[in-house]
Amino acid sequence: MAEKDGCVKPVRGPIATAAEKAAPAAGAGVAQEVPSMLARVGNEAIDFEASAYVIGQGFKPVKLSDYKGKWVVLCFYPGDFTFV
Amino acid sequence: MAAVAALYPEFQELGVEVLSLSTDSRFVHKIWQEQELSKMVDGGVPFPMLSDAGGRIGTVYGVYDQAAGVDIRGRFIIDPDFKIRAMEVLTPEVGRNPQELIRQLKAFQHVAATGEVTPSGWTPGATTLTPGPDLAGNVWKVWKP
Repeated sequence: MAEKDGCVKPVRGPIATAAEKAAPAAGAGVAQEVPSMLARVGNEAIDFEASAYVIGQGFKPVKLSDYKGKWVVLCFYPGDFTFV
Repeated sequence: MAAVAALYPEFQELGVEVLSLSTDSRFVHKIWQEQELSKMVDGGVPFPMLSDAGGRIGTVYGVYDQAAGVDIRGRFIIDPDFKIRAMEVLTPEVGRNPQELIRQLKAFQHVAATGEVTPSGWTPGATTLTPGPDLAGNVWKVWKP
């Protein structure tokens, strides 16, 4: 079922791991739920939650860690309606 | 995106889930599907199209271009243990090769299943290597570029 959806909807974005929350990076100012570590091969993926459009299903939040146990491909691209 | 979508059956066969992300809103994703993608690919792009508002996710994945305010082309393979196995990042002018993505997925799945390693350019059925002391210095006997 599609979520009830207003115009503006906060999303979690990147989600810090428990370890990162317990020991925030040096220099981290205001406590934010943002992991300090950058994605690298061989490291654990950085979890996140984002609003999504799914054809046939409408708008729904998608959380990367819900896909644990499966192979996943993440594809970032510069923008809808661009040329390549 | 359309090129990846066109090969979606192959991803499904491999048990691979695809998620796409850009800084566009979910509303724009919907209209892009309806106005353009559905005309490029039968039925439109079948995987979830995520909105990375403000580039927060792109930032932690190292693909957010702050000056342009967009995520550049970055592609990541994540295994069932939630480990990042591969990443490929391109500046926006050049598109990806989804066939190479599929080749890498097959290679990573083979390696994960067998413990063997795959030499350069490996495709299913080609020679694999089993690392160990006996192989050191002897790769040339079993594999050449």
